[in-house]
Amino acid sequence: MVTASNAPASTPASGDVVPMNMIQALNSALDVKMAEDGNVLSFGEDAGYFGGVFRVTDQLQQKHGLTRSFDAPISECGIVAAAIGMGAYGLRPVVEIQFADYIYPAYDQIVSEAAKLRYRSGGQFTSPITVRSPYGGGIFGGQTHSQSPESLFTHIAGLKVVVPSNPYDAKGLLTACIEDDDPTIFFEPKRLYNGPFDGWHEKPVSPWKTQEFAQVPTGKYVEPIGKARVMREGNDVTILAWGTMVWVSLAGAEHAGVDAEVIDLRTLVPLDIETIEASVKKTGRCVIVHEAPKTSGYGAELSALVQERCFYHLEAPIARVCGWDTPYPHAFEWEYFPGPQRVADALKATMSGGR
Amino acid sequence: MKKPNTPQLSLRVPEPSGRPGDAPDFSHLRFDAAGAVDRPDVASTPYEMRDHAFQLVRVLDDDGKAVGPWNPNLDPETLRQGLKAMILTRAFDDRMHRAHRQGKTSFYMKCTGEEAIAVAQGMILRREDMGFPTYRQQGLLISRGYPLVEMMNQIYSNASDPIKGRQLPIMYSSKEYGFFTISGNLGTQVPQAVGWAMASAYKGDDKIAISWIGDGATAEGDFHNALTFAAVYRAPVILNVVNNQWAISSFMGIAGGLETTFASKAIGYGLPALRVDGNDFLAVWAATKWAEERARTNQGATVIELFTYRGAPHSTSDDPSRYRPGDEHEKWPLGDPVDRLKQHLIALGEWSEAQQEEAEKDAVEQVRAAGKESEAIGTLGQSRPSVKTMFEEVFATEDWRLVEQRREVGV
Ligand SMILES: Cc1ncc(C[n+]2csc(CCOP(=O)(O)OP(=O)(O)O)c2C)c(N)n1
Repeated sequence: MVTASNAPASTPASGDVVPMNMIQALNSALDVKMAEDGNVLSFGEDAGYFGGVFRVTDQLQQKHGLTRSFDAPISECGIVAAAIGMGAYGLRPVVEIQFADYIYPAYDQIVSEAAKLRYRSGGQFTSPITVRSPYGGGIFGGQTHSQSPESLFTHIAGLKVVVPSNPYDAKGLLTACIEDDDPTIFFEPKRLYNGPFDGWHEKPVSPWKTQEFAQVPTGKYVEPIGKARVMREGNDVTILAWGTMVWVSLAGAEHAGVDAEVIDLRTLVPLDIETIEASVKKTGRCVIVHEAPKTSGYGAELSALVQERCFYHLEAPIARVCGWDTPYPHAFEWEYFPGPQRVADALKATMSGGR
Repeated sequence: MKKPNTPQLSLRVPEPSGRPGDAPDFSHLRFDAAGAVDRPDVASTPYEMRDHAFQLVRVLDDDGKAVGPWNPNLDPETLRQGLKAMILTRAFDDRMHRAHRQGKTSFYMKCTGEEAIAVAQGMILRREDMGFPTYRQQGLLISRGYPLVEMMNQIYSNASDPIKGRQLPIMYSSKEYGFFTISGNLGTQVPQAVGWAMASAYKGDDKIAISWIGDGATAEGDFHNALTFAAVYRAPVILNVVNNQWAISSFMGIAGGLETTFASKAIGYGLPALRVDGNDFLAVWAATKWAEERARTNQGATVIELFTYRGAPHSTSDDPSRYRPGDEHEKWPLGDPVDRLKQHLIALGEWSEAQQEEAEKDAVEQVRAAGKESEAIGTLGQSRPSVKTMFEEVFATEDWRLVEQRREVGV
């Protein structure tokens, strides 16, 4: 697990350290930032009084007032557009898109507008907004409650894309996103909201409270955007993963009995290329694991980068373990979802020089 | 397949009243007489003033006299200032249109016939307010005294382009002049204006926002999202629809303009709406003042449909004689905004044909001087900002990809 030497630099935290699940940690990030900065406000569908369908914004309205945390019309495009206007005014709105699958109606506002304001105005207008959205599968949500659309945003100049895998990072990274002067897309792996699911769906999910990453300071701290975290040190193969797949990868490495180094990218843009490069040069092998469909997934970009930078250090082809190129199914969720077995198979194949 | 004994359905595709070769026909449009429409109290509910979404607020009559309850009774100096800004806007358009023909820029868009709108509204709103314009509100910058040279530098993407060669000509951006950066994606600015206004209200400030959208683009979801948000959160914003009747080659009926007025779209959202003669400087002024007062006194948003006619081609890439009667513009019943304001000032005894001629000459001279200055810096392709700037301001701080890619380009 994380050792002092590989832990990325983060600002020191204040307050007590208490066990939190990811929902509580995200709520705490919003609560602390809203208390600190009157320019921070939060809105989205059901995000006000009720506190969001996943309860991430629970009690924020009661604590900070009606105009700080409120419900929005079911208009993802309107939500993001309003946030852009607010951001241009000087506020730091944090908006919730109830499920990442519904971010598509807001895509134009995110891609053509938020991402481009700074550039197209020669720096006169900026969009310091945060778009939060629960994403990913493993919850039997069917096609429209399970998607992982992160690659669509990594392709867009001007956007930052952040995906935490545990409560500690979730709070520190969300705080960083709110403070960031650029638009950030913050995907929350809903499979991890309550515990570090390891991909073995027949096993019960363990609660976060027994985990060291669930020890979260109640006060403010910031985890830097653009820094990966080495979750497990190893010498034989590097696994690149984010969100839920970090835990699946850890389980897969265990299952395969391979001395794998597991890197949680945490931020897809900007990408911590140094950590990736150093690890692959050390291990000589690379397996990329993500939930989204394989074709044109972010794994394709990572694979190209590793190939460009580490070709002469590679001892096996780069492997990808991904969702299939089908719409996300309901009844076949566990066939679709990349689990530890598939990761283990890829690790073993990679160790024997490829498929 | 049709069952026997049931009527056969047919698909309607709306068509304009005239196509090339036809005589212009505006008989299907309704124009209330100047002074005929009452002026409701700004505290009126949208329900009480439903009819205003269908009537047409006009102040200037055919003799150039200001009549009726909407007469803003402007002082002659303000009127002259407005007229001069309109004249200057037209002169600017003419020169830049020609510059395109001379190959000095890749693109240009005129606002001929619509000058009263941005000029009057630009004069009313405060600098600290924010305008969320389309590409036809150049009059906003001009009426506020934004340097013409800067506009031209943007159009030429030259070394002094304030936005560094990144945008299509005419897509200006000036925070200082209350002019939000223009987007090429139609309609996106309207819900952003609402968000900006919501932010001012949230902060307890006194600034308001104003946005413009074309009749064609009202069919975009963004417009409707904006109306929902503006009504729900009672945002201090003025939402203009510039109905210039043409969206490139599609007449306004294709955006739903035959079924109802664009102003009346506000009714379903619970917003008050005014429908205004967009070629009447005084009517535009009065309606905007009305909406401004509503917004500033925390009573929320107003939708204003500005009824006008796009006299010029859509852009330098367009030939309107291919889809509409050639002389339709000259026959437009609401006339020309510059002529009408000029007539009014003359009728007041505050202006003369000689002064008009002088003002037009002066405008041409101003534009010529600015043109010389800007062209000395360079027209498109002759000079441009450092290529290095292409890689800047993507993010607040550069990331390694951009640093590497910039090195690859060798800058
Ligand atoms: C989202 C989007 N779709 C299409 C276009 C291409 N386009 C540019 S201008 C235009 C017509 C707009 O007409 P209207 O809204 O009536 O405004 P006007 O040009 O008449 O002022 C179109 C279709 C665009 N810029 N953005």
